[in-house]
Amino acid sequence: MTGQMSGKRLYAVALEFDSPTQLVEAARDMHDRGVKRFETYSPYPVKELDEIIPGPNFVPFWTLTGGLLGALTALAMEYYIAVIDYPTNIGGRPLNSWPAFIPITFELTVLFAAISAFVSSLWSAGLPLLHHPVFNLREFARASEDRFFLFVEAGDDAFAVGDLRSWLATLNALAIWDVDEDSEEEA
Amino acid sequence: MTAHMTVEEQQRATHRPPEPGTSVSVFAHPETFSSVTQQITSIVLTRPTPLFWYCTFGVGAAGVILFLISITWLLYRGLGIFGISIPVAWGYMITNFVWWIGIGHAGTLISAILLLLNQSWRNSINRFAEAMTIFAVICAGMFPLFHLGRPWIFYWILPYPNTMTIQPQFRSPLVWDVFAVSTYFTVSVLFWYLGMIPDLASLRDRARTRLAYGFYAVISLGWRGASRHWRWHESASLLLAGLATPLVLSVHTVVSFDFTIAILPGWHSTIFPPYFVAGAIYSGFAMVLILALPIRSVYHLENIITERHLNNCAKLMLATGLILAYTYVIEPFTAWYSGDVFEMAMVHNRAFGPEAWTFWTTMTCNVFIPQLLWFRWVRINPKPLFCVSCVVLYGMWMERFMIIITALHKDYLPSAWTNFEATRWDNFVILGSIGLFVTCFMLFVRFLPMISIFELHQLLPFSGADAAGGPEK
Repeated sequence: MTGQMSGKRLYAVALEFDSPTQLVEAARDMHDRGVKRFETYSPYPVKELDEIIPGPNFVPFWTLTGGLLGALTALAMEYYIAVIDYPTNIGGRPLNSWPAFIPITFELTVLFAAISAFVSSLWSAGLPLLHHPVFNLREFARASEDRFFLFVEAGDDAFAVGDLRSWLATLNALAIWDVDEDSEEEA
Repeated sequence: MTAHMTVEEQQRATHRPPEPGTSVSVFAHPETFSSVTQQITSIVLTRPTPLFWYCTFGVGAAGVILFLISITWLLYRGLGIFGISIPVAWGYMITNFVWWIGIGHAGTLISAILLLLNQSWRNSINRFAEAMTIFAVICAGMFPLFHLGRPWIFYWILPYPNTMTIQPQFRSPLVWDVFAVSTYFTVSVLFWYLGMIPDLASLRDRARTRLAYGFYAVISLGWRGASRHWRWHESASLLLAGLATPLVLSVHTVVSFDFTIAILPGWHSTIFPPYFVAGAIYSGFAMVLILALPIRSVYHLENIITERHLNNCAKLMLATGLILAYTYVIEPFTAWYSGDVFEMAMVHNRAFGPEAWTFWTTMTCNVFIPQLLWFRWVRINPKPLFCVSCVVLYGMWMERFMIIITALHKDYLPSAWTNFEATRWDNFVILGSIGLFVTCFMLFVRFLPMISIFELHQLLPFSGADAAGGPEK
């Protein structure tokens, strides 16, 4: 077990793995033990983690909402301009010629839905974020390459139980790190 | 971390045919998480920029200068510098617009439609195909603007409260076009950027200089790869793919409406939307191959962009080319079947009139020569494939030129008949826009991850939690 200098606030204990299999096993173990505040980090999405770490996904809802809003915006705008604000009599045809309004309605539906999907996905993830304590662990750089990390946050009840570290040692991690709340440079 | 194979070994591995009965991997030889990440990030971060890059960028930048000079002259002198007249009011500018926007469509097809169809081989080429889309739309969008008589008041086409108390005409396909193209551009950028965020984080984590670290740290938005991030990221990616799929079909449909809504023989036809979409994807795949083949060889990406990718792209090109050939046959048939003398006169004039060379060039480039793609040797060998792609790309430009010129130059009023003569400025503008495209693409290759790293990771055999998981998702 590698510890860092004490005297700083602990953010989390990090476990480093070199395969997704071990990460999923460890996450499942956490879940079964009732640990709540843990998070996994991987270089690509690991399907099995979705079931172990469930959470709300508001992205589809906001996408649908955005799409509907876009459709309504387009229809309302076209109706207002073509019928009320700037009516043009073209051979006596109806002012509310809605079939001609469909292409723009479609485009704005897609535009609003896409922007909602993009924004809600980043918003859910709390991004953009300039700094996060996980980056205090230098080895975390490999989380975007070939390493899989599991962070048990210090705020979790599991820390109150004495045997946490000896239990973590049984999880076949390559290494176990203490990660501080504040970066080294600030200290 | 595995040792990198030498280029010779990679090439030998690429040329080995897959063993029969085994599922074909996307990669030419076994890769690891680390080897994939290192190979792609090193292009941006550590490897010296090849001479090829400087040469291509230089040529592109020269094109940009030519483009700027042409546009300056256009703004100074007006549209008269081009070969357009009445009745040939649309010349090179609109041809260029339709050509460029069509090229973008293959990028969206690869990134969105093939994602929804679970075609995992696309993961090797989707990133730069999306980049191609964005740069092509940038080039495309400028042409209708500069084809306006007074481009500096282009915003009059947008609905906004104004002191002139006039508003756009929503029954006009030209207004639909504004919405279609701007939506297409925005959605393509969002999709491209969202997909790139995890790879920008990979670049950030591998950056050696403080400047590079700061740059990639900011544009990767603090991405950490947490399981929740991935869930929302995947969710948004799939939704954007689902939105981009009908969008890409709608964009070229709306572009074709610019033609079909006009009551003009040769334009006023219901086959135009599928005709234009097929042609768009056809030219787009040609551009994907024109970009992929040199890049693959210069940056030694033969292990990632394998023969299988070339083969699949070439097959898709052949398939869309055949759809296009079908519409070439149906067009004169419809004209004949309609019994309309103007339609029939137009068809005859197109094939045998004064501008018939555009028709026969189009047929040669788009129908006859691409039949070579039936041969596997042509599909998997870079040089012949590159040549066929160039021919197709040229043919697709000529096709749009033919549609515009042959339908316009002999109007209903014979006294107005004329032929189109391109000026040097017409040629400068199209060459300049190609330069702009090349410049943007070279900057992308140099500074951004041109292949999707995390999507390649997902294709590795040991990427699933159960180690037996195959390369298919």
